[in-house]
Amino acid sequence: MAEAPAPRSPLAGLADALAGARADGVTLTDRSARARFNLRIDPKDVEALTAAGAILGGSLPRTPNTAATTVNGKILLWLGPDEWLVTGPAEEGAQLDDTLRGRLDGRHHALTDVSAMYATLALSGPRAREVLMKGCRLDLHPRAFKPNTCVQTALAKANVILHQTDDTPSYEITVRNSFSVYLATWLLDAMAEYRQG
Amino acid sequence: MRFRLKEGGRIDRAQRLRFTFNGRSYEGYAGDTLASALIASGTHLTSRSFKYHRPRGILTAGAEEPSALVQLGEGARTEPNLRATQVELYDGLTAAGVNAWPSANCDLAAWTGRLAPLFPAGFYYKTFLWPASFWKSLYEPAIRRMAGLGRAPEAPDPDSYDKMNIHCDVLVVGGGPAGISAALAAGEAGARVMLVDDEATLGGALVGLRHRVDGVDGAAWAQAAAGRLAAMEEVRVLTRTTLFGYYDHNSLSAFERRTDHLGPGAPAGTSRQRLWNIKAGRVVLATGAHERPLVFADNDRPGILLASAAQRYLNQYAALPGERAVLFTNNDAAYEVAHDIVEAGGTVGAVVDCRPEPAAPLAPALKEAGVALHTGSAIAATHGTKRVRSVTVAKLDGDGGLSGEQYRIFCDSVLVSGGWNPAVHLFSQSAGKLTYEEARGIFLPGTATQALEVAGAANGSFGLAACLAEGAAIGARAAEAAGFGDGTPPPAPPVEAPEPGAITPYWLAPGLKPLGHGKAKHMVDHQDDVTAADIRLAAREGFRSVEHVKRYTTVGMGTDQGKTANVNGLAILADALGKTVPEVGFTTYRPPYTPVTFGALAGRDTGALMDPVRRTAMHVWHEAAGTVFEPVGQWHRPWWYPKRRDDKHAAVARECRAVREAAGILDASTLGKIDIKGPDATTLLDMVYTNAFSTLKVGRVRYGLMCGDDGMVFDDGTTARLGENHYLMTTTTGNAAHVLEWLEEWLQTEWPELKVYCTSVTEQWATVALAGPRARDVLAALAPEMALDAHSFPFMSVKEGVVAGVNARVFRISFTGELSFEINVPWSHGRRLWDALMEAGAEHGITPYGTEAMHVLRAERGFIIVGQETDGTTTPHDLGMDWIVSKKKADFLGKRAWNREDSRREDRKQLVGILTDDPKKVLPEGTQLVDKRGQPPIPMIGHVTSSYASPTLGRSIALALVKGGRARKGETIYAAPETGFLPCKITEPVFYDSEGAKRDG
Repeated sequence: MAEAPAPRSPLAGLADALAGARADGVTLTDRSARARFNLRIDPKDVEALTAAGAILGGSLPRTPNTAATTVNGKILLWLGPDEWLVTGPAEEGAQLDDTLRGRLDGRHHALTDVSAMYATLALSGPRAREVLMKGCRLDLHPRAFKPNTCVQTALAKANVILHQTDDTPSYEITVRNSFSVYLATWLLDAMAEYRQG
Repeated sequence: MRFRLKEGGRIDRAQRLRFTFNGRSYEGYAGDTLASALIASGTHLTSRSFKYHRPRGILTAGAEEPSALVQLGEGARTEPNLRATQVELYDGLTAAGVNAWPSANCDLAAWTGRLAPLFPAGFYYKTFLWPASFWKSLYEPAIRRMAGLGRAPEAPDPDSYDKMNIHCDVLVVGGGPAGISAALAAGEAGARVMLVDDEATLGGALVGLRHRVDGVDGAAWAQAAAGRLAAMEEVRVLTRTTLFGYYDHNSLSAFERRTDHLGPGAPAGTSRQRLWNIKAGRVVLATGAHERPLVFADNDRPGILLASAAQRYLNQYAALPGERAVLFTNNDAAYEVAHDIVEAGGTVGAVVDCRPEPAAPLAPALKEAGVALHTGSAIAATHGTKRVRSVTVAKLDGDGGLSGEQYRIFCDSVLVSGGWNPAVHLFSQSAGKLTYEEARGIFLPGTATQALEVAGAANGSFGLAACLAEGAAIGARAAEAAGFGDGTPPPAPPVEAPEPGAITPYWLAPGLKPLGHGKAKHMVDHQDDVTAADIRLAAREGFRSVEHVKRYTTVGMGTDQGKTANVNGLAILADALGKTVPEVGFTTYRPPYTPVTFGALAGRDTGALMDPVRRTAMHVWHEAAGTVFEPVGQWHRPWWYPKRRDDKHAAVARECRAVREAAGILDASTLGKIDIKGPDATTLLDMVYTNAFSTLKVGRVRYGLMCGDDGMVFDDGTTARLGENHYLMTTTTGNAAHVLEWLEEWLQTEWPELKVYCTSVTEQWATVALAGPRARDVLAALAPEMALDAHSFPFMSVKEGVVAGVNARVFRISFTGELSFEINVPWSHGRRLWDALMEAGAEHGITPYGTEAMHVLRAERGFIIVGQETDGTTTPHDLGMDWIVSKKKADFLGKRAWNREDSRREDRKQLVGILTDDPKKVLPEGTQLVDKRGQPPIPMIGHVTSSYASPTLGRSIALALVKGGRARKGETIYAAPETGFLPCKITEPVFYDSEGAKRDG
């Protein structure tokens, strides 16, 4: 295995625009660099679930459309009854891959490295919800969409994984690389209304 | 502002605004609409009518206005057909009436009015019949110039528009007394409430009346209520917002005008207008009612307006309708209008009531003030041209005709009231059924089909106290249904307002001559110039269905959708047909309630945001290289790379030569990639591909063809066996998502017992195809530790290793026929790989090539493209690919269809090569192929699927599907007539290196 050179964000071309993306009450940040694994486990295989949970530092969420943050700092996103997106700091990727693979060896599962497949945009601030409402048909009201809600939905014309991380509110929007420039451009445009001056 | 009262009204007299209308300068106040400012200045004539160019004025004071349509603003921001009654005045506003040239005051086309007898209902259908070719070239352009309404702007729209999606527990539509009290009740219970109203301020009818609520002026009460609502955290009030569409599942759309009242040009960053998509738990429709005009002879002269409109102009805008008004009514409520005018110091010449013995409570007070009361009478004629100057009032006889007794009354305004129509438009859009109430002649909401209730005047409850009580009760109930409060409404505030009083429906006042005789017109639809005589004519000509009469006469088909016309028209039709109104039925209301701009419907989905452009990791490099992109689905793939201004042909030829003679690189990242893992992975592949994968060794790659269960080819690609139970499948660019869904569909519905997981990794890996005789040399420079010779790294195998310092997967597969490596690295290193290949390949003449060169190269080699050589009706056999269909496997998707006799008929269209006799002629793709020259129709025997000028062969080549083509090699056929019956030869569908000698370099 080669010592990997620095990865390039799919949003590298928008770095300047994102650096200046400061509006009144909402910020947008590129958080693409991170380790991501798509994990498939049969939910009936309790031993496999337990084994994965032990490595990750917390149980894989079983409630649809929720996310969990573990004591190891991993974020576990529920994508389906037998599918999760496991994310963590980029530098922990290789080790996580090895240990998870080791623990699940011999049990039917699929652990797929998708670290480089997505861009992640962090949208945060009191206006963040309103920015999303311009392109998302779901009910984002705090009574319906709370921290640790995680859904797969359409934002503008891109499919995204939308995860609310706190009640500022802050969101992490994970989108396939190829749509990321479109989506970031759309978000910057939607924020323009709140930009001062 | 001659007709402006010295005091009163709800306008801001401190802010004088200047504006121009029909070329004349005017003044008004902040708080005015264009219509109110014109009326205050004594101007009623605004525009000309649609068909007859009759002078038209302001009929209403709100959204239902059919007649005072204006062209607002100039240049790129001009907007047609706005209702003057809803255009808020701003300083510098310019507007003109529609449909008049050169102006409403002096309209050169008014001669059409004198020819009116020639333009009955159905005139266009009857007159412009033939010759048919004249319709497009002559009749339609001429009619469009004459009729029609405003002009659309021609320049691009300089403003921006956006959308907002919102959910609520209770949506209240209409900010009048019923809506306000519903919103208050639901909001106080804690529900998420939205209140939407199309006016600038809340209050609805209250702002035009002098009624009192809770001891204060009604408008002031509404203002205070607006304040209370604004203070509730979960209540959102949108004013200047029209709820225009009510769809299934309580999905509704509203149109907010955010900056129009400020004048042209929104503040930077702010959208001018916004479209709201609302999802409501429950809906409260408090949409009010529209006053109904009375239909009488020449009832459309400027100065003739609805009584309630005059009342609103008086009380809200402090503007009198004229020097001397006449009120024509069939109900008690309208007496209040005359009373308000007299109280304000205006003059009412007479009240004309069609009822023989009305008992309006306000009648004695009016008599005392000197107002003449003509009961059992109707207006039989009006006089004046650009403004009504007098009316002829006639006594009615017992049968509804004229008794002969007539009076001429001078006046400059006529206020008409035929009662009130509940605004059931949205209820009807929601698929609710309407019921008819004979006594008041109104349609009421009947059974609802969605979670909604109707409150107040929209429900036929016209009294103020009833509106407030009903709104509160329904609001509280709606909140309770959402889980808030116990459904108990807050106590309704006390009111001081008259009760609606009695009404006798009255549909058509006789004129001095029988209907349809003479010049007088009983106008039913002011916007479309449809008269009572037109409707009667339609009935006489045999039209029975209300829907047919609507289309034949065009009644209710204007931009106002007949808000003032429909019920009158219907009643007149029912009478002509000798039926009751409910027997005739009602036409359907459709969105939008009032017109919505295209800008708002488009929102931000314009320009660069119109549709996502999917970009690869190397997109920026391609852009910088001046690449011409080809849209493939939403992807933009490099099509060709122009160099030194060479054209497409030259660029593609250069790129093809580089691949055949040196080395080329293609950005192939868009190919679909699916990671397949599990003990049953092999079983799955054996089922979905026509060929076998169980025999594939680890580290090797196999080409596969996928068929639908109809046996038709739907995708192809290579699949590599990375481990015993681990595969990487590739799909065509356009089918990536579809193939994954296809696999999941079978796994989830038919084969749930298979232990296998499929995960898309399309965008985990950036892919570069490195092809050409020098490919190995280029790769060797970047992957010094990887053995690349043909023995260590044979064709159709895969290796993992380090390329350009990055962990990579390299596939030795070829879509060009040349020695080729498809190098995959994580997407985040894609650009690094590309740069490294360009650098390392410089000495070998490396050349980036695009999809066009790729297409040419693969066609030379005879490789198909799914979707080009196939069209969903093509079998592997048709493609000459029987070799890839397993004879041994017990089953696979498409096997049954494969075994049908029809699937292998020898006269099916089969893939062949086509060479034109003239090597310079390149057939257009899609060209039809025929057996012989001749006069069409000629039987078609096939079509060209791919066609290129081949730089390698120095001539044109084509692939085609030809009936029984494989047996016809060497025969001459002809390309379709459009190309002049070019002779062509049928050949093998491989033009280059048919032995595959080049693939190892």
